[in-house]
Order: sequence, then C-alpha cells, then structure tokens
Amino acid sequence: MEQPSPARATLLPGILGVAAATVYLILILSVESQTGIALLLAGGAVVILAAAKLGALESMRRSFLVSERRMDLVVVAALLLLTAFFYEDHFILLMVATVMTYMVAALGLTVQFGYAGVLNFAGAAFFGIGCYTAAVLTKNTALPHLLVLLAGGLMAALIGALLLLPVLRTRGHYSAVITIAFTLLFKTFLEVNDVLGGPQGLRVDGMRLFGWEFNSNIELGEDLELSFFVNYVLGALVLLAFAFAFVRRLERSWAGLNMDAVRLDETAAACFGYNVARWKITAFMIGNFLAGTAGALYAMMLGFIAPTNFTFGDSLILVSIVLLGGIGNPWGLAVATTIVIVLPEKLQIIQEYRFLLYATLVILILLFRPLGLLPRPLRSYFPGWQSR
Amino acid sequence: MTGPAQSVLKAERLAKHFGGLVALEDLELEVRENEILGLIGPNGSGKTTFFNVVTGIYGADQGRVTFHGNDITNASAQAVYRAGIARTFQRSRLMLELSIFDNIMVGNHKRLNQALWFNLIGRGAFRRQFEESFEQARALVQTFDPPLADRMFEAVAGFPMIDRRRIEICRALISHPKLLLLDEPSAGMTHEETTELMDDILEVRNRFQDLTIIIIEHEMGVIERITSRCVVLNFGRKICEGSYKEVAEDRLVQEAYLGIG
Repeated sequence: MEQPSPARATLLPGILGVAAATVYLILILSVESQTGIALLLAGGAVVILAAAKLGALESMRRSFLVSERRMDLVVVAALLLLTAFFYEDHFILLMVATVMTYMVAALGLTVQFGYAGVLNFAGAAFFGIGCYTAAVLTKNTALPHLLVLLAGGLMAALIGALLLLPVLRTRGHYSAVITIAFTLLFKTFLEVNDVLGGPQGLRVDGMRLFGWEFNSNIELGEDLELSFFVNYVLGALVLLAFAFAFVRRLERSWAGLNMDAVRLDETAAACFGYNVARWKITAFMIGNFLAGTAGALYAMMLGFIAPTNFTFGDSLILVSIVLLGGIGNPWGLAVATTIVIVLPEKLQIIQEYRFLLYATLVILILLFRPLGLLPRPLRSYFPGWQSR
Repeated sequence: MTGPAQSVLKAERLAKHFGGLVALEDLELEVRENEILGLIGPNGSGKTTFFNVVTGIYGADQGRVTFHGNDITNASAQAVYRAGIARTFQRSRLMLELSIFDNIMVGNHKRLNQALWFNLIGRGAFRRQFEESFEQARALVQTFDPPLADRMFEAVAGFPMIDRRRIEICRALISHPKLLLLDEPSAGMTHEETTELMDDILEVRNRFQDLTIIIIEHEMGVIERITSRCVVLNFGRKICEGSYKEVAEDRLVQEAYLGIG
C-alpha cells in the first residue's frame, strides 16, 4: 500500500475548489466599490466557465462524491476561516449568518418540493412562525433558548398541519395556490394582531445558551474583540450542519426513495402499496419544522421582527433558491443561497430590482439548466459502498 | 401437485362503465394456480380496464373479485399489492430519473422497514436491510440479463425499452407476489426483443414455482408460445375461452378480433 489511495488523490481538486471559492467570497464581501464588484462577478463567471471547459468542475464534483466526509470538514473549515477573517465586521457576519439560516429554511423546502413534490409558496410564513414563536417565548417565558429553537420548528410544523387537508386534496398547482393564500393570510393576520405587535412588530431577546450570551462581543485577550455576530455565525453553522446532515440522510434512506416515488408517479406508487398521503405529510412537516427552527434563530439574531419580513415575495425568494441551486441537492442550495442573499447586498444598483434579478436568474436557469446549477446526483445510500 | 388446481383470482359478473361507455360487462373470469393466462381482444375491449379494476385503480360498478377466496372488490391499490398482486403497466411507468435499484425497491415497499427512526437513526440495521435487498434485487435482475445486474445504480432513463421492461417486471417480482399482471410487455419492442423477453418470462415462470401470471398481449406468437389458456374479450365481455388453438379457431373470435368474416 505504498501508492496514495484513490480517495486521497481525488480529494485535492475539491480542496482547491473550496479554497478558491473561499478566497473569492472573501474578496466579494470585502470589496466596496461597485465597479470592483462588477469586475469580480464577471471574472468569477469567466473562471467558472473556463473550469467547466477544462473539466476542473467535474473533478471537484468527484471529490465531493468520493471522499464526502473529508469534504464536509473542508467546507466547515473554510467557513470558519471566512468568519475569522471578518471577525469584527458586524454587517458581513450578519450576512453570513443570514445565508446560513436561509439555507436551513431552503433545505426544508427541498424536502417538500425537491423530494416529495409538494410545492410550498409559504416558506417565509413558516419561517415567520418560527420567528414569532421565538419572540413570544423569549419575552414571556424563561424557556431555555435551545428549546425555543425547537419550539419554533414544532410550531411551524403544527400550524402547517392545518394546511394538510387542503394541500393533500389537491394536486400540483392547486396545492401551490393554497400555500400562496396562506402566506398572504399570515401577513395580514400579523398586521392586525395587537398581541403580536401589529405592523410595528416585536422585539426579540438575544440568544443565550447555557450562560453563553450571544449578544455580547467576544473578548479574547487585551485588544482582540470579536463581533457578537460571530456567536450567531457559529450557532447558525451548527444548526445548518445538523439540518444538512439530516436532509442528506433522509435522502439516502427508504424514506427519501418513498418521497421521490410519490413525486414522480403517484399511481405507480399506490400500486406498490405506498400510502401517498403519509409521505407527503412527512415531507411537509419536516420541511416546515426546518423553516421554523431557522426562523427562531434568525429572530433572536436580528432582535426585531415585523410582518414585512414575511411577505409572499420572501417566500418566492426561498422557492427561487431551491430552483436555482438544483432541485434536491443540498450543495446546490449552498451556492444558490449565497448568490441570492449576497448579490443584492453587495451590488446596490440591484437592491431595488432584486426581484427582477431573481426572476431573470430563475428563467435563465429553467431555460438553460433546468436541473439547477448543481443537479442532484443519483441516490447512493452509502457513498463509497461496493457490493461484494 | 395433485387434484384440480386451485382458483387464484376469480371475477364474477364484473362490470365497469365510464359514462355511457361499457368497459367491462358481466365478466366471468377465473385464473388457476400456476397457469399463464393470456388475456386478448381488440383495442378497447376492456383488458387494461380489467387490470385496473383488479388492482384497485378503478372501483367496480358491479360484481365481485376474489383473490384466494378473499373479496378484494374495490379494495385500495395498496391493499391489493399487500395481498400479493403486482403488475406492470402498458405504458412503462418506471421512474426514469431513479436508478434501477431504486425502481426495484419501489416494488419492494411492503418488505422494507418504513419507520422513520429505522431509516434515519441507527443506520446499522438499515444498512443490513439495504445490503440484503440489494443482493436480492441483483440476483433477480441477473436471471433476466446479467450485464444489467452490474449497472444497478444507473438511471433507468439511459436504458433501452427492453431493459426497461425487464426492470419493470423485476419491480413487480421483487416482493414475491402470488399473481403477476403483465400489461402488454411487448409494446414498443422489435420482434427479436419480444422473443428475448418471452424467454425471460418463461424463465421467471420456472424459477417462481407458485407464481400465476395473466398477460395481456397483441402478439399472437407470444400468446401461442407462453400461455396455457386464453380468454378473449370484446366490448368488455368474454367471448371465448380455451387453449390458443381453440380460441384461434373460434368463429366469434375470428370475426371480432382477427377480422376474418
């Protein structure tokens, strides 16, 4: 066994890719001038197209497929480096943590739409339920904040259950319309509800875990002070890691197969004993749970929430993330969430027109790359598994 | 085996109408253990409707269907599958973007542990079930086409029609059904492919001793070669029954089906 193992050989392109992406992201995040950003974006696009032509993207993809565990760690390390680089920049750290929480919600939508085929246009509403649950619970109870996260998710799943009956009785577009109605209803409900702060919204306490105050800066030694948002980035990273691992494992089980089967052909599935409703319900509840948990963390991080954060438009953003990334592929979501959240923040010209941007992006993707930026690979239940 | 073969599936006075259209009317049909029954008739004579009524996709308007003596009239598709009836579809209903293995596991649904905790937590037990199922699926595919068994984790979309049919039959067989319903397995295939597939079906027949098969077919060569008995439908009614030879010589059948007056 003198020669390097094939797994090690395929690890290198992945590490290089992640390193390049991290450096690029750091550049994008730190450059302020609008021309600089535009140049970086153009340069990035050229590099990616060139890498695709040279087959570099393909070998990176192989790295992620073959030595998955190690690549997971590489990505986490890259994120930690990125956080360390911006250790005192509130604004950028908030953006990083926002990307992570949105990604958790998008993972939820992936389970619903990407796997079970239940189109949910109320993602932001379920995210919002998590937010408001956190606001109410941190204000009025002494519930440990870890349980507040859980409660946010459970509440979203529970309220989502009310929608189940109409969603299950309809198919395709019709169930989508029901979720649209729910988002609109949800925002209006918040606006007229005085207990929940009405249009002014609610203040939310900062996160506190086992005596660790998330809302105070971290002091390391004499003159090194980290932004308190580092806490939230780390918290969001842990939540994201759990959600990511969970969704990936779900996909690699009979449960994931069942959701796929229900999405692809209900009739055939029923002829093989599937309880079609059961798998749609499971997916819907899991998805809403993830969105709610993400919402609860987001609310504690922001410290303030209002109905305008949870509009139909925000739900559309979540759906476009799922479409853009590659339906059903968690890694694709990472790329798509970053693009959708970071781009409008950095390119201020776009701010006003961000929905136009999303729409254009989604149309382009659907036209030229209908499976998304990073299409979902075939299911492999245990990566690297070989039959004897 | 001694004595008269037992009845596996029995339809009595079965009727199904779609509005004014009579799809099945007063249908009496019996399938006995271990036989391969050919179900033939012109287009629109109710063959596929019969399958759909038996498998619970449509409800019956009248009459009764029993399976091993149990009433399964209007049972749900799920219940029919659990009772031991599996089918293929006229227009292939494989899930094209899933792998061969995934498609076959769809057919294995009732034998896999579907509890969420089993699937998500404690993957040791899941892994054992996965490995066991994989070996079974591969062995089954191997009886059809050995090269196919080495490509279990490739998407079905990349395979030609004949392989898709084989996969579809494997999907139906993996759960060890007692009755297999084949809906026009030769559709869309060349003559050579059809011959190959029929060899496969006969091979399956030899391997699964307690399997009964009903096959819908338009290719008379196929019917002659593999069925032990035929039932001919026309306008939803049974017009003739017997061996292929008897059926082919029947005057009513020739009028209705072969177009010889």
